Amino acid sequence: MATTEVAPPDGKRTEERDSIVIRFCGDSGDGMQLAGTQMTNVSAVFGNDVSTLPDFPAEIRAPAGSLAGVSGFQLHFSSNDIHTPGDEVDTLVAMNPAALKTNIADLKRGGMLIVNADSFAKGDLKKAGYETNPLDDDDLLAPYDLHKVDMSRLTRDSVEGLGLSPREADRCKNFFALGLIYWLYERDATPTRNWVTQKFAKKPEIAEANLKALQGGQNYGSSTGSFRVHYRVPAAQLAPGRYRKMTGNEALAIGLVTAAKLANRPLYYAGYPITPASDILHELSRLKHFGVRTFQAEDEIAAMSSAVGAAFAGELAITASSGPGICLKGEAMGLGVITELPMVIIDVQRGGPSTGLPTKTEQSDLMLAMFGRNGESPLPIVAAATPGDCFWMAQEAMRIAVEFMTPVILLSDGYIANGAEPWQIPDVADLKPIVFNHPTEANSEDGYQPYLRDDRLVRPWAKVGTPGLMHRIGGLEKSDVTGNVDYDPDNHEHMSHVRAQKVANVAQSIPEQDVFGVPEGDVLVVSWGGTFGAVRQAVKKLNEDGRSVGHAHLKYLNPFPRNLADVLGRFKTVLVAELNLGQLVQLIRSRFLIDTQQYNKIQGKPFRVGELIEAIEAVL
Amino acid sequence: MTTELPVLTAKDFASDQELRWCPRCGDYSILAQFKKLLPTLGIPQENFVVVSGIGCSSRFPYYVDTYGFHSIHGRAPAIATGIKGVRPDLQVWVITGDGDGLSIGGNHLMHAIRRNINLKIILFNNQIYGLTKGQYSPTSPVGKRTKSTPMGSIDNPLSPLSVAIGSEATFVARSVDVDTKHLTSILERAAHHQGTAFIEVYQDCNVFNSGAFYYASKKGVKENNIVYLEHGKPLIYGADRDKGIRVSEGNRPEVVELGNGISEDDLLFHDEQTPEPSLAFMLARMRHPEFPEPLGVFRSVDRPVYDLALDQQVTEAIEQKGPGDLDTLFSSGDTWTVE
Repeated sequence: MATTEVAPPDGKRTEERDSIVIRFCGDSGDGMQLAGTQMTNVSAVFGNDVSTLPDFPAEIRAPAGSLAGVSGFQLHFSSNDIHTPGDEVDTLVAMNPAALKTNIADLKRGGMLIVNADSFAKGDLKKAGYETNPLDDDDLLAPYDLHKVDMSRLTRDSVEGLGLSPREADRCKNFFALGLIYWLYERDATPTRNWVTQKFAKKPEIAEANLKALQGGQNYGSSTGSFRVHYRVPAAQLAPGRYRKMTGNEALAIGLVTAAKLANRPLYYAGYPITPASDILHELSRLKHFGVRTFQAEDEIAAMSSAVGAAFAGELAITASSGPGICLKGEAMGLGVITELPMVIIDVQRGGPSTGLPTKTEQSDLMLAMFGRNGESPLPIVAAATPGDCFWMAQEAMRIAVEFMTPVILLSDGYIANGAEPWQIPDVADLKPIVFNHPTEANSEDGYQPYLRDDRLVRPWAKVGTPGLMHRIGGLEKSDVTGNVDYDPDNHEHMSHVRAQKVANVAQSIPEQDVFGVPEGDVLVVSWGGTFGAVRQAVKKLNEDGRSVGHAHLKYLNPFPRNLADVLGRFKTVLVAELNLGQLVQLIRSRFLIDTQQYNKIQGKPFRVGELIEAIEAVL
Repeated sequence: MTTELPVLTAKDFASDQELRWCPRCGDYSILAQFKKLLPTLGIPQENFVVVSGIGCSSRFPYYVDTYGFHSIHGRAPAIATGIKGVRPDLQVWVITGDGDGLSIGGNHLMHAIRRNINLKIILFNNQIYGLTKGQYSPTSPVGKRTKSTPMGSIDNPLSPLSVAIGSEATFVARSVDVDTKHLTSILERAAHHQGTAFIEVYQDCNVFNSGAFYYASKKGVKENNIVYLEHGKPLIYGADRDKGIRVSEGNRPEVVELGNGISEDDLLFHDEQTPEPSLAFMLARMRHPEFPEPLGVFRSVDRPVYDLALDQQVTEAIEQKGPGDLDTLFSSGDTWTVE
């Protein structure tokens, strides 16, 4: 890492770094997600590339001070183009002993450790399972650059005179910590100050207290003898343009609205609250002025069913959930398949089976998406690669759905759903609208035939309310062309093939698979979904070292890109890396009959770049 | 809109599909009254939608020439909710049964009703699973012997109307499949109601549960077993119209004979519009043979309608914020420029 001395702005030395990984961790009630989000925001606005990993427990408030209640937010900000939140932490802010205990292993040797020394009293230590105070343990903390800061006391001093209760004053300590970090990394606090003023507009005394605490943290940094250096991470050389910070769930919501707006149509979104997909419902319910109709259904089944109803009526219909909800939606999804109606089903994957790990990431729903319905029930599946990519894949899923008259599953995951990155704001004029038509007159001499198909096997989509096109559809097998109930054996076989072939035809409308790194050679790493960043970074590093490694990141999982067989055949070894026990690898093996290696991890956490490099080197 | 509608008849609402219900099934009568009603409502044919779940009754949409959706078991209210969610201008009928609506789909039915979505729900109650060939249903009486209850059912049944009223229904009614005039009048009332209209129809499954409702449908028997509800009128019934329902102490219904000091004025007067649902609930609890069972409109009150409110919120949002603009949306929050 480059270290360059630059002019000291406040009498203290400034060193330059090209990348920093910082993690805020504390109790669930300590406001760590807020601190991390604000630091991300100011770093992004400053011009760094950023990548984040929020990591919080499923409980809203686990017992205070307990190990189970620790909430963390990791931010990687850099002057380079980065793809991951970072393997090792440079700076760890630990607000209590439990946070120290659960996070210290990720702090790199020589890394900076900032602790709230006020929260290391006997009771706090006991809750974290420490028999003695770790801050007095020289052996334990010797490898780190330790800063014991009396944050609770200093925060109370900062807000003194505002008439806050000790409890209220204590709640401002995340802003004190944030202020100290802003000083340490020379961040401009203006966006945060504006945010606080807006957020607490109705509680001006709380706004003022938080601003005072923030300032207190900044002042403490410049005045204390404990910190002698601050650090500067210059802006990254991102492609020219306007940027904003974007999480995956925000990007999905905005992408869906964009698709509807460009098509000049309302958007119907039905959902049931579930982690980590609820934010999509929250975002969309704020966007009613775009013609968005959100429906919080009584259950997942109703959410899916009502999307089928809205699609039948002739409008753009969406539902989203996570694994447990997707299981419940399977039945009505099958109805969408047999009636051949367009809709998008989003699965923000989390750890499973059953309730599993609600707030942790995993990629274990691919087989569920492929096969999680009764009968031969094929549908297209796409997967977003990054938070920003969710914007594009939401539109792509919608395009495929209406162009091919089929439900489409869009896979996201907890990591990209909550993770943030800079997002280059597109020019609306450059966006491609989705084009679709509803028939207005009968398509045959015998009247309207709902299953009279075009050359891609796609049926027409008559909008309910159109005169003369009245027709009945349903979940029973139907005769091709007329759509009438039909139990004939040959017809069922024909219809099963037609539905499968129609989905296979989607391959003609999607891009060919590209390969990053070497175009042919020793190892092709294949990945999909939210692991994009870590795999890309690992392959990049190996390429810099002159190793013969390529990376094929699949955004289309059913059907596969039409050139995938050719791509796989250009490498001696194919290594499929996934956050599951091996699902894409099974699909690839059975489809292409090739030998493949696999690398899997199922800990509720994203891949580290380091472990991927090791895994790739092991097969090189 | 002033475009003149073509004059339609029941025939225009007959689809080209062969009817596949068992001969003499009660469903035929309900279908016939339904097809007779639709052309009288002044709604263009293409603006009707009939949605059903699974079961004998749920074949209904295939036999009506409107937009129709024969969906999956129990989910018709949810599917219909999606249709109304995007098209509040359509008249959407939901056809369900005692198994479809109250067992597998109980949750959807309850929530559609409490939201007061503008759906017209007809629940065909035959107290049996017909399409799966005769298992007991959530409305079968205790002791009912069926294929799955050879020793008699030990399940306590639900009253569909109690469920509807408990779900805050704004329109609740009951009729009988072969009581054609009454059924048509009830369907018509439902069609004009703003909000969820819930109608229970006693329907005879002559194959698996024949005669379950003879007490309420057979001439010469029914007169003493049913009481027609009329708004503002006393509850009088009986072949000789000599019996009535009085509310006794403790607010319990009581059968009384008219005469001997008891006049019409002493009887319970029906009020379908009272905001408090306890009268409707009490009437829904009157069961044969202890009481005559009420037929007619139990409750008809006004409450905001979900699909209209949903539409209204969109309109208000556009008024307040202006029609959504993508540039503004993309640029919301903090932005920065890389040169």
